[in-house]
Amino acid sequence: MTHAAFLVIAALAVASALGLVLRRNAIHGALFLVVNLGSVAALYLTLGAEFLAAVQVIVYAGAIMVLFVFAIMVLIPGKEETGLDPRRGWRLLALPVGALLALQLLLVVRAGVGPVAPAAAVPGGVEAVARLLFTRYLLPFELTSVLLLAAMVGVLLLARRRV
Amino acid sequence: MTFAFAALVAGALLGIPKLIAPRRLTPVKAEPFECGMDPIAVAEGRFAIKFSTVAIFFILIDIELMFVWPWAVLYRELGWFGFAEMLVFLGILMLGFLYIWRKGGLEWE
Amino acid sequence: MTPLAMPPVAIGPLAPVLIVLGAAGLVLLLDLLPRPVGRELIATVALAGLVGALLATLARWGKPGRAFQDMLVLDDFALFANVVICYAAALVVMLSIDYLGRNGPETGEYYALVLFSTGGMMLLAAAGDLIVLFLALELMSLSLYVLAGLFKRELAASEASMKYFILGAFATSFLLYGIALIYGATGTTNLDRIAAAAAGRAHDPLLVIGLGLLLVGFGFKISSVPFHMWAPDVYQGAPTSVTALIATGSKAAALAALIRVLVTALRGSQPDWAVLLWVVAAITMTVGNVVAIAQSNLKRLLAYSSIAHVGYMLIGVVAGGSAGPGAVLFYLLTYAFTTAGAFGVLTLCERAQAEAVEVGDYAGLARRHPVLAAALGLFLLSLVGIPPLAGFVGKFYLFAAAVRAGYLWLAVIGVVNSALAAYYYLRVVVFMYMREPEGAGARLVPSFAGGLALAIALIGIVLLGVIPAPFADLAQAAVAPLLR
Repeated sequence: MTHAAFLVIAALAVASALGLVLRRNAIHGALFLVVNLGSVAALYLTLGAEFLAAVQVIVYAGAIMVLFVFAIMVLIPGKEETGLDPRRGWRLLALPVGALLALQLLLVVRAGVGPVAPAAAVPGGVEAVARLLFTRYLLPFELTSVLLLAAMVGVLLLARRRV
Repeated sequence: MTFAFAALVAGALLGIPKLIAPRRLTPVKAEPFECGMDPIAVAEGRFAIKFSTVAIFFILIDIELMFVWPWAVLYRELGWFGFAEMLVFLGILMLGFLYIWRKGGLEWE
Repeated sequence: MTPLAMPPVAIGPLAPVLIVLGAAGLVLLLDLLPRPVGRELIATVALAGLVGALLATLARWGKPGRAFQDMLVLDDFALFANVVICYAAALVVMLSIDYLGRNGPETGEYYALVLFSTGGMMLLAAAGDLIVLFLALELMSLSLYVLAGLFKRELAASEASMKYFILGAFATSFLLYGIALIYGATGTTNLDRIAAAAAGRAHDPLLVIGLGLLLVGFGFKISSVPFHMWAPDVYQGAPTSVTALIATGSKAAALAALIRVLVTALRGSQPDWAVLLWVVAAITMTVGNVVAIAQSNLKRLLAYSSIAHVGYMLIGVVAGGSAGPGAVLFYLLTYAFTTAGAFGVLTLCERAQAEAVEVGDYAGLARRHPVLAAALGLFLLSLVGIPPLAGFVGKFYLFAAAVRAGYLWLAVIGVVNSALAAYYYLRVVVFMYMREPEGAGARLVPSFAGGLALAIALIGIVLLGVIPAPFADLAQAAVAPLLR
């Protein structure tokens, strides 16, 4: 059952990632990205990482994609990108970089051989996260709010029109 | 057999130029054709930048929410200690909210 | 599940950072008052916060503390770095009072972000856990990205901010990836526990790749070659006071964190990273100095010079032992004094004549403003490494550490580079003293705070140059807790 679920979700993730890369229309690409983020969230769920899945949907597929779409609408108003890409040659770089990533993936997979722990044994639920977050990781937790505060002040400083 | 040969010839006729014919795309060739006129502007208007500002504030508050949720799940067990933790967390963020509000970051015009 | 055990909360080791962040909050609140308060008052609050943090840091000297389950390690090493950072930030605030008077209206945000980034730097130097390290780095960088674009109507400032942000975010993602792989290899993010888990399997591919990615991220933050491309543009486009903070504080914090991670968590991989950093140090020095020769813009020149100085400091990291990192700490102290001072003179000159950043603008400065010219001259001579100024002693300790650790060739490359560097620093001095000024030029009168900042920096480089031993000993002693 989980195996079949994995295959379906993984196929969806790969297909949507391909769609994102291959579509020339930026908005279509963004929508493919939403599907991709959602299917990765589903993969997290099958691994028992509920909290991570929820964060993925709410923060990435929700908030960050909204910003993506706004940014696309502000920057590229046209239907399709027109004109030539002045840096076509740079695309060739994708090959060595991709090969490097594949090699790394291979190494990582080989380093982590052996049966993967059954999903239920990994405490990824909200409560498990909360237990660690509010005790062991107290300092990072409070630090995050300071980081968000600095981000708010910075956004205001850069985005305010007048002055 | 004939059909396969025909398909091969047709395929070759289409495929070989694709491989060897020179294709020099110039910016002029890539432009949309508008009755011989240079295009003046893109048809759609632009989005105002203020949408993005609101979207960024939304992300920040959204991330804040992701911390409140696990806290709420464990609220009883954490007790007063957890309450104080969250008070500090939200207090710092409310300072930012107050700042945005007072500085006019939420005003539309 | 086991019942929840509430962690002990020890505020003590966090006190210096809390003072800085508290001052940031206070600045924001002051900025919100219905009746606008004076810029001087806001700057004074910011300065008071930094001086308070400096005092709190000094008060904790010799009393190392760990808090939040080793998330925060405020040992002597962190304290020494914090002194450098607080000191650099305080100088920047003092210089900003003059500089912003001409240029910027957004006082409240400016000082708040300076304080936020300083708080991030201090945490970065004291981070005992990779998660805290990452958050501190982000707090520091995010504030600096925004500060670099403070003058948003200037194209160069927007470019600087954009470039810094995009490349910086990219580099941070490398760092985060490295952290994830190290966590995957060792099962922990705590630096001490990583060292324990990694012992004896230094060639675990996960660990090696994680180390490499970590070095990419740090390499960007300290602007070592090949991740230095952003530095000249950002240094040039950012407000000069912010440039001073990027060049001194952020560099000191990132180097301190780099040393802590390498020497504690990844000590098992020492042969790997030493070889890698050997090459990086040599290339960084050489590229920085050679390209600096071709610069006519003083801010760009100082940017390339700061790249070269990172190369020198990496020599100390490579040398290792207690002498190497100790020499780097001492060098950071001298470098902060010197660079903050040099950029300080620049802020004053820029203020007087719209944008005096070309070397030619400094022709005949000695005739018009003998004191400022002498100050800038001394800072540049210290950067060259001329005795008895601080820069000389700093370099001496670095090269000596390298030779003693058996890295003779690296020391030789360093010495050759120092000689090369003399050319472009002295060229500025020649312009100031031996060329006729073009045009009259405005009168320059630094405010009390600006003058005081320059005076402190000058006293600093002379003092560190004449009696370096006590400070160098302190730096050596500060490294000891890392090596246990």
